[in-house]
Amino acid sequence: MKSDYKGIWVFAEQENGKLHQTVLELLAKSKELQKHNGEKITAVLLGADVAALADTLFAYGADAVLLAESEALREYSARPYQKVLTELAEKYKPSIILYGATPLGRDLAPRMMVALDTGLTADAIDLGFDEDGVFYQTTPGYGGKILAHIVILERRPQMATVHPQICEPLEPVNGAKGELLVENLAVEGDAEYEVLETLPAEKSGESLTEAKVVVAGGRGVKNEDDLTMLRELAELLGGQIASSRPLVDNGMLPHDRQIGQSGTTVTPQLMFNIAISGSVQYQLGMQKAKCIVAINQSEDAPIYDIAHIGAVVDYKKLIPALIAEIKARRQ
Amino acid sequence: MKILVFVKQVPDTDDVQLDPKTGNLRRDGVKSMMNPMDANAIEAALQLKEKHGGSVVVVTMGLPMATEVQKKALGMGCDEAFLLSDRPFGGADTLATSYTLAKAAEKIGDFDLLLFGRLATDGDTAQTGPAVAAQLGIPQISLASSIEVRDGWVYCDRDLGDRVQRVRAKLPAVVTVNGGINKPRYATPINIMRAQKKPRTTWTAADLGCDMTKIGTPGSPSSTKKVFEPEKRNTDTQYLTGSPDEMAKALADLLEAEHLL
Ligand SMILES: Cc1cc2nc3c(=O)[nH]c(=O)nc-3n(C[C@H](O)[C@H](O)[C@H](O)COP(=O)(O)OP(=O)(O)OC[C@H]3O[C@@H](n4cnc5c(N)ncnc54)[C@H](O)[C@@H]3O)c2cc1C
Ligand SMILES: Cc1cc2nc3c(=O)[nH]c(=O)nc-3n(C[C@H](O)[C@H](O)[C@H](O)COP(=O)(O)OP(=O)(O)OC[C@H]3O[C@@H](n4cnc5c(N)ncnc54)[C@H](O)[C@@H]3O)c2cc1C
Repeated sequence: MKSDYKGIWVFAEQENGKLHQTVLELLAKSKELQKHNGEKITAVLLGADVAALADTLFAYGADAVLLAESEALREYSARPYQKVLTELAEKYKPSIILYGATPLGRDLAPRMMVALDTGLTADAIDLGFDEDGVFYQTTPGYGGKILAHIVILERRPQMATVHPQICEPLEPVNGAKGELLVENLAVEGDAEYEVLETLPAEKSGESLTEAKVVVAGGRGVKNEDDLTMLRELAELLGGQIASSRPLVDNGMLPHDRQIGQSGTTVTPQLMFNIAISGSVQYQLGMQKAKCIVAINQSEDAPIYDIAHIGAVVDYKKLIPALIAEIKARRQ
Repeated sequence: MKILVFVKQVPDTDDVQLDPKTGNLRRDGVKSMMNPMDANAIEAALQLKEKHGGSVVVVTMGLPMATEVQKKALGMGCDEAFLLSDRPFGGADTLATSYTLAKAAEKIGDFDLLLFGRLATDGDTAQTGPAVAAQLGIPQISLASSIEVRDGWVYCDRDLGDRVQRVRAKLPAVVTVNGGINKPRYATPINIMRAQKKPRTTWTAADLGCDMTKIGTPGSPSSTKKVFEPEKRNTDTQYLTGSPDEMAKALADLLEAEHLL
């Protein structure tokens, strides 16, 4: 019975004893949900030697922490985590389970969907209760021109992976206390899966997330020559080159250059958006930039909804002129 | 080695139109194509076959027109194709999709490796691969940027953004591949023609022995309740005017004033 399920669960993703930032964001979001349904917020913490993280979870808004520790859970692997979380969910019957839409969360949550025979919304950018009191998850659809409310009407728990950085963590209340539930479950490591080593990623340039200036090009950038022009502007401004999804899809730039929901989130001082329409998915990755410049020949492109400076013009005419102007001023 | 590759047909554009009345996708007039990362999965499978022998089988759930992507897959070098097509499969979310694909994998039988794209460009949930692994109770490696098989194990690098994790899983296993893992070969028109002779089979829900409550709309816990346009936010955009040269000067002035040059 649907009504047997109560409680908001946040999967407290941790690696090497460090909580993932999205966990704190999900706790803040859960507080909003709690205002509507009044249900207890439980952070579910799996790992080995991680009990000390419970205080952090209380400080950031968890009413309870459900702790399952085992050597087999020290390092994440899908099947042991699935097994333990399934047993816990079947025992406690939460109505909602939220996971960060991180590589780990997106590896685990689909298996939980199958194990619990319920629904899972992917990469939600918002959560709430609608006018009918139904819990919804918002996802952009169809090229970012529309948003959709996805709902899981009949089955429980209602689950979602939630996009990072869609809300701010609460101010921590140091010394806050809550209910600590310790579960001793028998679980074995996965003999058929092994992490051999972890290396820092090779990057095609400096990390985008740290960049002070970002010059991003979109579908209107048709060839290497056009791209070279953008690279020159980026270099001149001491910035990084980036793009919307089409240039990554067509192989002109590697995926670590993609801004947006399925790419990177950037927060530069200065953000050039060149021949980019400004889809919902794209805006998610750059809307917090300080100064947003849009260059797009179509005046009703949605990028102008958030741009501080706009130039309705063919960028192939404006960018060379701008490069020349900057060079001239620097002489 | 028997490798199953799961291939989805997707719209050939991000610019899909919505029917304002029904809120449904307008499919007429929209061209479709093979999901790009599925071509990477096929390429990975073909390279493994070249090295270790065996066969590569493609599996697609979709409308009858999805045979087009299957012909392309066979033209690239896959050996056999299965299309799961039946009215009751329609309206599937990823739970129902994973159930149906897993039923097909079981019916095909004695597979060693199941390959998926990391995500499909339309639904973009990236849930199907791991969900099929869970349906079959086997291990998975998501986000693979390399793949090798040795002594009954599959070895991959997983691209986690800031880190690369090298992992291995015992066969049979599911692997979902990134777009960067390889450069898919081209299916030439000649090869697509020649591939016409390769075996293609269509299966219905009854052929797969599906529990009808687990497929299509009845088997899908999640649904879309409402679609709407994003709210317009109004920033006061300062528009540059004049010739490109005048615009460039004005822009440089503005950036200089903000100490951004
Ligand atoms: C699930 C999902 C996830 C997605 N995730 C992302 C994501 O992470 N990041 C992302 O970017 N997209 C993402 N997308 C795709 C997104 O919906 C858009 O399709 C994409 O952002 C469009 O890129 P664009 O603005 O470059 O192209 P378009 O929308 O085609 O816009 C090109 C613009 O360039 C302008 N233009 C063309 N030529 C010139 C010229 N010479 N001078 C000036 N202007 C010119 C045109 O007026 C037009 O506005 C996702 C889509 C889905 C379905
Ligand atoms: C805008 C939009 C949002 C959606 N949101 C959700 C959601 O939040 N939750 C949910 O459960 N469902 C959702 N769906 C439904 C989901 O798209 C379908 O269930 C779809 O059949 C599979 O998911 P996917 O397209 O996300 O594929 P992904 O899981 O992203 O695809 C990964 C890989 O799985 C394989 N694959 C996927 N579909 C098939 C197929 N039909 N045949 C063969 N191989 C396949 C391919 O190898 C593919 O590369 C959504 C659909 C749309 C259009």
